[in-house]
Amino acid sequence: MYRYTDFDEAFVRARVAQFREQVERRLSGALTEEEFKPLRLMNGLYLQLHAYMLRVAIPYGTLSSRQMRQLAMIAERWDKGYGHFTTRQNIQFNWPKLRDVPDILEALADVGMHAIQTSGNCVRNVTADHFAGAAADEIADPRPVAELLRQWSTDHPEFQFLPRKFKIAVTGSPNDRAVTRAHDIGLRMVRNAAGEPGFEVLVGGGLGRTPMLGRVIREFLPKADLLPYVEAILATYNLLGRRDNKYKARIKITVHELGLEEIRGLVEAEFERIRGEFSGADQRILAEIEQSFAPPPFVAKPVAGFEAARRDPVFRAWADTNLHPHRRDDHAIVTVSLKAHGATPGDATAAQMRLLADLADAYGYGELRISHEQNVILPHVARADLPALHAALLPAGLATANVGLLSDIIACPGMDYCSLATARSIPVAQEIATRFRDLGLEHEIGPLKIKISGCINACGHHHVGHIGILGLDRAGVETYQITLGGDATETATIGERAGPGFSADELLPALERLIAAYLALREGPEETFLTACRRLGLEPFRAALYPATEAQRDAA
Amino acid sequence: MSRAFAPKVVTANDLLTGEVVYLTADDRWSPHHHEAELIEDEAEAQLRLLAAEARVAEVVGAYLADARRGPCGPEPVHFREVFRTRGPSNYFHGKQAEGA
Repeated sequence: MYRYTDFDEAFVRARVAQFREQVERRLSGALTEEEFKPLRLMNGLYLQLHAYMLRVAIPYGTLSSRQMRQLAMIAERWDKGYGHFTTRQNIQFNWPKLRDVPDILEALADVGMHAIQTSGNCVRNVTADHFAGAAADEIADPRPVAELLRQWSTDHPEFQFLPRKFKIAVTGSPNDRAVTRAHDIGLRMVRNAAGEPGFEVLVGGGLGRTPMLGRVIREFLPKADLLPYVEAILATYNLLGRRDNKYKARIKITVHELGLEEIRGLVEAEFERIRGEFSGADQRILAEIEQSFAPPPFVAKPVAGFEAARRDPVFRAWADTNLHPHRRDDHAIVTVSLKAHGATPGDATAAQMRLLADLADAYGYGELRISHEQNVILPHVARADLPALHAALLPAGLATANVGLLSDIIACPGMDYCSLATARSIPVAQEIATRFRDLGLEHEIGPLKIKISGCINACGHHHVGHIGILGLDRAGVETYQITLGGDATETATIGERAGPGFSADELLPALERLIAAYLALREGPEETFLTACRRLGLEPFRAALYPATEAQRDAA
Repeated sequence: MSRAFAPKVVTANDLLTGEVVYLTADDRWSPHHHEAELIEDEAEAQLRLLAAEARVAEVVGAYLADARRGPCGPEPVHFREVFRTRGPSNYFHGKQAEGA
């Protein structure tokens, strides 16, 4: 794993010291809130509905056990004993006091973490495939590149005041687990005909009020050209992006309004102009970074114990849903579900964080990941150790066997916390998960992604949920709009709105009708909800959501 | 004819803790909605808001929220303001836990 250099350490400590003084000046009255707000946001401190919120970056979702323990300590000492993992692989603390925040940032710096650029119109936390460095289907680990981008974008003088925020995602696998097509820039590792590594570069993706899928601006970019090319995109956007209208300021609108061809021409010209300035320094730094992402010293173990343990139905159910193929046959990638039925998606208590850190040390080479799906990953676990791991997760409420199933719901904090929200998301997720557990249908329904956002900004990725739910305020009532057929993977699709919204009371029965229709219509258990949507179109599902009333049937 | 003015309370978040607070008639910041001053005149509401915004060392983000007269004092109208009087629905945290 990447460890801070002296430069990183000095930079982060200096920022903490600056912020400590800024807080003091705010408290003394030397700074007004107007002056202080951009400073606190630059350090990840938001003001929400009930309290401040500190958003801490987890670059490319990678955490060491030591860092996870420190997050647990922070949750206990300065918050209410838990943290919320987000769809950008970050963690949010919902109850910090202003005076304590500099101490929290200091504690983060102690373990090589920070909250810089988790807000504001700058390049945000670079996200990556949460199975990076472990997945069997991977071309190469995308994290060294993500780390290079983090270093380059942190405090980059040209890109601190972009027209709007800017999100970059990287994947090293053809199976896209990083939602690259919904990012301002998506980077996909590919090989050209000669077998050389490079990137397919996507630009102009994003969700929010105007959802768009990223488009290919460069089919093959040699690996060595990455930084100048990304800088050329940013520089082009920085000049052209609309600063007159916040809602049209993202690069997706720039690409949409000017056309991909024109943007490509401008980017390529800028790229040619600045390429020479990079002179290989970035590649030397990248080579050093790559060293620190060397795979752990894998220990070979026989898998017989794992096979024997599968006779236990509880273990088998968990192994069937929560494991993913590892690059080594004798290892597996474990997704620890933070979606126990009825719990808040993405929340972990300090005790759970500590246990996960301990288990990472015992069975996972000390490494953890946070997925954009708000779960925790142990990327490298010997199959032989899985029964012991599962037994340790079970009493902590961390062995829910539901990864990829209906109750593995993404939900933004919604109006329970967020000041931008127009409706609540968390209780909706809780109700859906508990209802379908009670119905006992979840495993029969099979793979299904439900994603819930509490406002049009779409932090809950509802547009790319197989079933998306968007919470709105309609004349002072929480109302939920359903989208169908969305997909976040390499076959990315923006879901289609099903029809009028449902009240909170109507939503669950509507979803039950929808799922019942799917079960009745599918060709067999192998046909997932999404595949059925694609084969049948949305009409039969709309009919289930909006059954004709008796009056309408009589009239017909 | 212009629409009748909906009564308002001045609300904000406490600078140090971020807790939701309401401006009372005697110029205190109360954590309780029912202790807020219910302002029924539009011009008066603007003046009270300006006064609240000037108290930069105490609160952040003051604004006017719709409210109505209730048996124990002003009550929130919109569901967002109802949530602000009690805290999140997923945990017993915030005002609801403090017996407010």
